[in-house]
Amino acid sequence: MTVIRETLLAPQPAPPDIARSWSAARITGHALMTFWVTAGVFLVWWLVGAWDIAFVERYLPRYLNGLRITLTLVGISIVLGAALSLPLAFMRMSTNRALSGFAYGYVYFFRGTPLIAQLFLIYYGFGSFRAELEAVGLWWFFRDAWNCALFAFTLNTAAYQAEILRGAIESVKKGQWEAGDALGLTRLQTFRKIILPQAMIVALRPYGNEIILMIKGSAIVAIVTVFDLMGETRRAFSRTFDFQTYLWAAVFYLVIVETLRIVLDRIERRLTRHLLR
Amino acid sequence: MDALGYLAFGDTGWSDEIARGFVVTTTLALATLPIGLLMGFFLALAKKSEEETLRLAADVYTTIFRGLPELLTIFMVYFGLQIAIRQASIALGFEQGIEINAFIAGMIALAFVFSSYASEVFLSAFRAIPAGQYEAGYALGLTRWQTMRTIIAPQLIRIALPGLGNLWLILLKDTALISVIGLSDIMRQAGIAARVTKEAFLFFSVACLLYLVLAILSSFVFARIERAAKRAEVGA
Repeated sequence: MTVIRETLLAPQPAPPDIARSWSAARITGHALMTFWVTAGVFLVWWLVGAWDIAFVERYLPRYLNGLRITLTLVGISIVLGAALSLPLAFMRMSTNRALSGFAYGYVYFFRGTPLIAQLFLIYYGFGSFRAELEAVGLWWFFRDAWNCALFAFTLNTAAYQAEILRGAIESVKKGQWEAGDALGLTRLQTFRKIILPQAMIVALRPYGNEIILMIKGSAIVAIVTVFDLMGETRRAFSRTFDFQTYLWAAVFYLVIVETLRIVLDRIERRLTRHLLR
Repeated sequence: MDALGYLAFGDTGWSDEIARGFVVTTTLALATLPIGLLMGFFLALAKKSEEETLRLAADVYTTIFRGLPELLTIFMVYFGLQIAIRQASIALGFEQGIEINAFIAGMIALAFVFSSYASEVFLSAFRAIPAGQYEAGYALGLTRWQTMRTIIAPQLIRIALPGLGNLWLILLKDTALISVIGLSDIMRQAGIAARVTKEAFLFFSVACLLYLVLAILSSFVFARIERAAKRAEVGA
């Protein structure tokens, strides 16, 4: 049985918008946004009001120099750490008890203790072995705060990166290895051409977070007399007692970290475009 | 004096000083934890709210405190509070400013950092709970608060626990940074001992060891909490 209407309904106007009530959430949200906007406007007003060309001319080059040192330090230690993390990750996955035990201990130590304690242990602590280090001709390296920071950061990030790498490699299914074997590829070829590309997609986000953590963590070198961005900030503050020195550092750090986050998001979206539906 | 002598308790050794630092470190972390958890929870509620301004406000907070180095946050809170209090006391007509306590400043700074990370953990835990759970609560006639407390929260805690465990370990390590504004924690006490005795390697090794002890203790406690949280799970 079919029923067909002879006449159609006359066109109806769209229903009226439901008036949104001023709920508690909406009031809180507006209040908090007002706070942030006020704080932001106040900050800009203050920084503009305190704008002093002598101050900028004096400190901007130093800040930029500090920024360069921060980025160099993080860049080198991330790359060296990556190189070191590869054997560590394989040792950790090895069936040899001694090798995996060593890697486990290494990772546990560097992830379980504060980076600042590791830095102090190397910078101040290795001074206890000055005679021994001089005997093997390594004292010139550990005498310098910059080298010690680089050394500590490299060892530290290697531990974190080894865990990232291990997690990523283990996330690739065993069948991928077997497929490589079936095609007659060597283990190395399989790893390089089949496993690693898939693992890198999984590892990308944690790697990005690790770089951001290192940039933030590198601020502690300021305490062992390296004049990175934080070190220059502290020096500027100790001379001027002007709080805007810290605000400028905050602006610098936020800009780097946010830029990095956006770039990494772009890279991830590009690399995973075959996974999007 | 040999290493054992330096590590003795009492007037000659440094163990009692370092033990006091150990207590300060643990107290600071334990005092920050509830504040950070509470702030993180409310931030997560704000982030999953339907109200756009509330979400945006919470996102601004997270962006700031996750983007700034912890050390910078600590300095900004410490010096910023000092300046603010001085200005306020001058405005109110007091002659002298109040010296701000490193412990309080450290607690505030670490709570900012911890809560911004915790909010993300809570948010992803909220997203893992299907809407049907809320609807079931409302269908039973429970209020929003009752639903949250009796149905959502127990599941939320279970899902969020591993993430919060990691954040706790990060918090423990971040307390070491408070030593730079003068808190007598493990790092500072070890540093003093190292400077006086010239045995830097020994004392900083002890400091590292103590942080490892804290990490190991925490993992034991967390295993117990996790077991307690999972006791209702079928087939666990």
